Amino acid sequence: MPEAILEVRDLVKHFPLTQGILFKKQIGAVKAVDGVSFDLKAGETLGIVGESGCGKSTVAKMLVNLERPTSGAISYKGEDLTRLSGRALKAVRRNIQMVFQDPYTSLNPRMTVGDIIGEPYEIHPEVAPKGDRRRKVQDLLDVVGLNPEYVNRYPHQFSGGQRQRIGIARGLALRPEIIVADEPVSALDVSVQAQVVNLLERLQDEFSLSYVFIAHDLSIVRHISDRVAVMYLGRIAETGTDTQIYDHPTHPYTQALLSAVPVPDPGARERRERIILTGDVPSPANPPSGCTFRTRCWKAQQHCTDEVPLLAVPEAFRGQTGPAAHPSACHFAAERQVVPPAEES
Amino acid sequence: MLLEVRDLHVEFKTRDGVAKAVNGVNYSVDAGQTLAVLGESGSGKSVTAQAVMGILDMPPGRIAGGEILFKGADLLKMKEEERRKIRGADMAMIFQDALSSLNPVLSVGAQLGEMFEVHRGMSRKDARGKAVELMDRVKIPAAKERVGDYPHQFSGGMRQRIMIAMALALEPSLIIADEPTTALDVTVQAQVMDLLAELQRELNMGLILITHDLGVVADVADKIAVMYAGRIVEAAPVHDIYRSPAHPYTRGLLDSIPRLDQKGQELYAIKGLPPNLLAIPSGCAFNPRCPMARAVCRTDVPPLYEVTESPAPRTSACHFWKECLHA
Repeated sequence: MPEAILEVRDLVKHFPLTQGILFKKQIGAVKAVDGVSFDLKAGETLGIVGESGCGKSTVAKMLVNLERPTSGAISYKGEDLTRLSGRALKAVRRNIQMVFQDPYTSLNPRMTVGDIIGEPYEIHPEVAPKGDRRRKVQDLLDVVGLNPEYVNRYPHQFSGGQRQRIGIARGLALRPEIIVADEPVSALDVSVQAQVVNLLERLQDEFSLSYVFIAHDLSIVRHISDRVAVMYLGRIAETGTDTQIYDHPTHPYTQALLSAVPVPDPGARERRERIILTGDVPSPANPPSGCTFRTRCWKAQQHCTDEVPLLAVPEAFRGQTGPAAHPSACHFAAERQVVPPAEES
Repeated sequence: MLLEVRDLHVEFKTRDGVAKAVNGVNYSVDAGQTLAVLGESGSGKSVTAQAVMGILDMPPGRIAGGEILFKGADLLKMKEEERRKIRGADMAMIFQDALSSLNPVLSVGAQLGEMFEVHRGMSRKDARGKAVELMDRVKIPAAKERVGDYPHQFSGGMRQRIMIAMALALEPSLIIADEPTTALDVTVQAQVMDLLAELQRELNMGLILITHDLGVVADVADKIAVMYAGRIVEAAPVHDIYRSPAHPYTRGLLDSIPRLDQKGQELYAIKGLPPNLLAIPSGCAFNPRCPMARAVCRTDVPPLYEVTESPAPRTSACHFWKECLHA
């Protein structure tokens, strides 16, 4: 088994809520991320899914050090980047790059494409000597499927899909080992989404990249990921391989989430069992005690209010080797098939 | 037929020339029926709906031709006054982004009640009572206490329920929902779509659902019209279109989405980009991206062919629909 190149342990990010202007005092905290642990192995894709406000984007920002964690550790090849600063941090950051969601706001409209993609070289000049940069940028454009002659154009001259390719080229500029992609295709049209997903997969093989792929679209996450983590209110509810999560989910939240995804097959209307959750996601500033999902869960009992379920292989499946035996943070984890198997065509 | 759009053309005057957003759209929807209009951004699906509702910005927009028959009468020939009476009362629209569609400085009760004050001449007090009833109907908990709340005090799903309540207020016979769940999370999307379907059944309304999500369409639609570059390229009952698309664009769309129920190989990707509406390709607008394109596709605009092999009425704007159907 390949070694983990990124180890995340008990990652916490609380945003303080303050009151008063002169004498600010903290009256609470938004618990955006509240104890998240996972490993990323070399060459694999870890998908993180969840609804808005579950903390998946905050995790992404902490991985690339745009946000400092409140506590917890992020180790890249054994080095904890939450403790690094200055030159050592800069060296590590070169290897972890990010692709953003919105290709319209993540590219500076006043910079040419060449300057945008070449900007990482200004910060890490050791990667490309000055005279060599233009050629490198043109190579990158070619790699992501854009015409290398476009270096002097501006972002507004490109479509959404092409802009996302520019964002990806910028992420690749420093030859990182890890790319954190936060909703990289959700702003794109369906026919263009497939192009970008295929590009990301091709680049992974070509440059042996590891991806942390964050999205709310469960179908795309299944398509691209080797392992999947489902997040709810700042914690991981369930994690496993794509088959374990999609075909053998044991956490009620995962089951509800999967059953709610519309399947592009009108024949599945009758074959599907839908779990319609009531209510909305509670506020992360005031999450429920115990299991945070209990307010919307049909299995909730007193035990769920009293005790936080830990992310571990549930007792019922311990010692088993089947696909249901994977970490799930539920006191009453049980297997339930919610995605109807595709019809043989 | 409740609504029939015939050969509708809409253009926009822009600095760079005339953008032909809608180029001869035909579709119809009956009472109790759900028509899904599927298309990518810029395909003209929203512009068509805005023309039907009569909320197109004119200028720069201009309806260059066609008819919109609502209960037999041509809306385009009516005076603005007559249209105002229909709009909101007999046909209503649900927009994508509830937060920007609701007035932030008015309570939701006032906004819901306004429908009754304007169209039914009710007093403010009676209208408020009606607003509470409506909020109950779309299952907003504690409607009585929340009727005075402002839009920002509701969650996204609740706001979309208020939009639905507003559209349903006067029990219209036609609802146009423009991407009603695109901004919502999937568990909330399921709640809202369920609610919409339930109310539609109850009131026997016609529903035009505008979306780009092939999953949502498969869940709720009776028939589908697929739009590309301002034209309907394929129209068919929902089961037929998913089983055997008769247009290469539809086929490409279906093949390009990843599936939840299986881990596929590399995704099929439609090459190229959606066309620029200022310069729509000659012949079939899809020809530069089409894997089946031949010489005739570059010169002749395909008419809407009757797909004769299907028992249900269906049409395809592809010269080679037969080949596509059996591919």
